[in-house]
Amino acid sequence: MALYSQPPMSYTQEPTTAPVEHRFNPYSDNGGSILAIAGKDFSVIAGDTRQSEGYSIQTRYARKVWQLNDKAVLATNGFAADGTNFVKRVKQRLEWYEHAHHKPMGLKSIARMIQTMLYGKRFFPYYVYNILGGIEEDGTGAVYSFDPVGSYEREACRGAGAAQSLIQPFLDNQIYFKNQQPEAGSEKFVPGNLPLSTVLSLVVDSFTSATERHIEVGDGLEIYVVMQKGRSADDLLDEKKLAPGLKVEELGALGEGEGERTFLVRQSLKRD
Amino acid sequence: MVAAKSVEAPNIGFDFSNYARNQFFGERLQGIPKATSTGTTIVGVIFGGGDSGEEYGVCLGADTRATGGPIVADKNCEKIHYLTPQIRCCGAGTAADTEFVTNLISSNLELHALSQGRPARVVTAMTMLKQYLFRYQGQVGAHLVLGGVDVTGPQLFTVHAHGSTDKLPYVTMGSGSLAAMAVFESSFRENMKREEAIALVARAIRSGIFNDLGSGSNVDVAVITKNGTENMRNYEMPNERGIKSRNYKFRRGTTAWTKEAVRSLIVSEEIKSTTGAGKDQGGVEVVPVPTGAGAGGEEGMEIDT
Amino acid sequence: MELNGGSVVAMIGKDCVAIASDLRLGNQAVGVASNFDKVFPVNDKLYYGLPGLATDVYTLKEHLRFRVNMYRMKEEREITPKTFTHLVSSTLYEKRFGPFFIEPVVAGLPTATELDPHPKPFISTMDTIGCITTPKDFAVAGTAQDKLYGVAEGLWEPDLEPEDLFETISQTLLNAVDRDALSGWGAVVHIITHKEVITRTLRARMD
Repeated sequence: MALYSQPPMSYTQEPTTAPVEHRFNPYSDNGGSILAIAGKDFSVIAGDTRQSEGYSIQTRYARKVWQLNDKAVLATNGFAADGTNFVKRVKQRLEWYEHAHHKPMGLKSIARMIQTMLYGKRFFPYYVYNILGGIEEDGTGAVYSFDPVGSYEREACRGAGAAQSLIQPFLDNQIYFKNQQPEAGSEKFVPGNLPLSTVLSLVVDSFTSATERHIEVGDGLEIYVVMQKGRSADDLLDEKKLAPGLKVEELGALGEGEGERTFLVRQSLKRD
Repeated sequence: MVAAKSVEAPNIGFDFSNYARNQFFGERLQGIPKATSTGTTIVGVIFGGGDSGEEYGVCLGADTRATGGPIVADKNCEKIHYLTPQIRCCGAGTAADTEFVTNLISSNLELHALSQGRPARVVTAMTMLKQYLFRYQGQVGAHLVLGGVDVTGPQLFTVHAHGSTDKLPYVTMGSGSLAAMAVFESSFRENMKREEAIALVARAIRSGIFNDLGSGSNVDVAVITKNGTENMRNYEMPNERGIKSRNYKFRRGTTAWTKEAVRSLIVSEEIKSTTGAGKDQGGVEVVPVPTGAGAGGEEGMEIDT
Repeated sequence: MELNGGSVVAMIGKDCVAIASDLRLGNQAVGVASNFDKVFPVNDKLYYGLPGLATDVYTLKEHLRFRVNMYRMKEEREITPKTFTHLVSSTLYEKRFGPFFIEPVVAGLPTATELDPHPKPFISTMDTIGCITTPKDFAVAGTAQDKLYGVAEGLWEPDLEPEDLFETISQTLLNAVDRDALSGWGAVVHIITHKEVITRTLRARMD
C-alpha cells in the first residue's frame, strides 16, 4: 500500500513543458525599390509602385516618392507604414519651418533634419531607407541617401530597396563609368554630367531589368524630375525626345514658387 | 579469386556522405544554401463527356517562373513533365526534386508498360509516385498535379510531398493555388468542351501569374485525350520584356586586360603517307590524324574527329 | 557558399559563348588567394565554372574529369555541352541530402553533326542539387548572383560578336563583383568561338 495517494511535493520538480514565448513583431517588409540620380542642373528620383508582403501584392499603386517642397523630393522604401508616417512628420516639420522663417527649408537642411529625426528613434527605428533628391541652394542637382537610423551622405546616384543589389552595380557602371576605360586620347569620364534624356532612359532600364529578375518589383514606375530655376524643360516636354510609354505632367509650385520646377513622369511596368 | 571491384561506389539511391559536414557548415555559417524552388501555379481539369458532345480529356496548365528566394532564376522553365505518351505531370516545390522524380517514374512506367505489354495507367503512375515520396517522408519536396487518359478514362490527381493523394475533377497546387482555385470555384462546370477547358485553365494560370509573386511569365498548357497529347508550350506569353530604351553595346577596348592567351582550334598539318616503304601509293586515301590540340591531344593521345 | 566566395557568369553571343569568373579565394571576410580559378575546360569548345565551397570545387572538378574521361573512352567521342550539363546535374542530385555547395555554370559551342548541322551556342546553370536552367541570354552563379543578374539584365544585348561579347561579359562581371565583398580580386574571361578560345585576365580592383 502506498503511503501517500500522491507523491509528496518535491522542491526540485521541473516543469513538463518549457514556456513558449510569443512576441509581436511590429515591422514588415513591403518590397519595392527606389533610386535617385543627380544631374548638373536637375535631379531625378524614382520608385516603383508595387506594395507587397510575402508572395501577395497588397496594392499595385502605392506611393513611395513624395514631393516635399518646390526643390525637394523624398523617396522611402522598406516598411510602408513607417514610410508614409515618416513622410507625414517630415512634411509637418517643413511646414513649421516655413511658418517660423517665412521661407522653405533648403535641401541640405532637410537632409540634416531627416538625420536627426531618424536618429531620434535609434532604439525603435523607422524601418525605412530614405533617398532625398532635389536642387541645392547653389542650383546643382543633389541626392542624399540615408540608412534607417540616420547615417547619410551626398552622392551622384543611389539605389535602395529590394532590388538595390540588382540596380546599384548597373548604376556604378553607367553613371560613375566604373571599370570603363576612355578611348585613347580622349578625356576622362566625369560623372554627374549626363543629359536628362540619358538619365531617364537609364532609370527606366534599371527598373525594367529589376522587374524581370526581382519578384517584388513591378506594376508601375513614378519618376520625379526637379529642375533648376530657369532651366529649359524642352528636353522633357518634347514628346519626340521622350521614350514611348512615358507620360509627363508638371506639378504646380507648392509654395511661393521660386522658379524650380518639378515634373512627374509615369510608366507602366510588368505586373507578374 | 578476388571479385572485380567497381572503381566507383555502387551508385544506387542517394549519397549522404556530405550530410554531417554540411550540418556542421550550417551551424557555423549562416545556414545551408537554399535550392531553386518553383513558387508555382499548376492546375488541371477534366473535360468532355456528357452533353458536350466531345470525348473525355484532361487539360493541365502551368506558369513558367522558377525562383531562388525573391530572385527569378528562370523566366521560362517547363513545369509540365512527360511521364508517358498519355500521362503528364505538373511539378511544384523543389525544382530539382520534381524534375528527377518525374524522370525516374517516367522510366519505371516505360519498363512497366514493356513488361506488361500495355500502356501504364494513371493510377499506376500515381501509386509509384506516392510510394516513392512517402518513403522519403516529405524530404523529397515534390508537389504534383498528375493527369492523363488511360483505358479507364480521364484521370486527375494531386500528389503531395508526404505521399498523400487526391482524386478530383479540378485541382490546383503551388503558391498560386489559391488564386487559381478561385477561378475554378467560380467558373468550373462539368462536361466542358475542349476549348472551354483550355480557356479556363489559361485563365486560372494567368490569375496565379498576376496575383502571386512566386508565379510569373508564360502559360504552358497540355491537353490529353485518348487520341494523344497536345503540348502547347508557351500557349500565352503575356509578359514579354519590351525593347530597352538604350543600347548598351560597349566600344571595343573599354575593358582593360593584362594577359591574353589564344588557343587556336584550327589544326593544320602536312601529311605525308609513309605506306609502301616510304613511297606514295596510288588509290590509298590519306586520313589525317589530328594531334597536339585538345583534351587528350596534349598527352599524345589520338582522338577521333 | 559564403565561406570562400566567388562568382561565375556565362553569356551567349553570335556563334560564340563566353564564360568568366573572379579569382578570389577567401576564408569568410578574409581574402586568402587571388589566383583561384573556378573555370575549367572539358574539351576544346566546352568550359564550365564551379563557384561555391572551394573544397567541393576540387572534389567535383576531379569527379567530373573522371566521368568525362570514362564517357570519352566508352563513347569514343567528345561530350556535348547538353550531355555534360546532365552529367553534372545527376552528379549533384546523387548528393541530394548532403549536397556539394556548388552552383555550376556550363558554356560551350556544340560541334556540328549530321543530325544537327547548325547547333546553337549553349549555356546552362544548376542549383546545388542539380536543377538545370538553360537560358538563351546569360547564366550567373555565386555570391554576387543578385548583382550579376541586375547588371547582365541591363547590359546584355543579342547577337554580340566575340569582341563585343568580351566587353559586355567583362563589364558585367567587374561591376557586379565590385559590389560584392566575397568576390573579386581579379577576373578571367574565356571567349569560345569555332576558330579559337581567347583567355584574358582582366585588370580589376584588388580590394
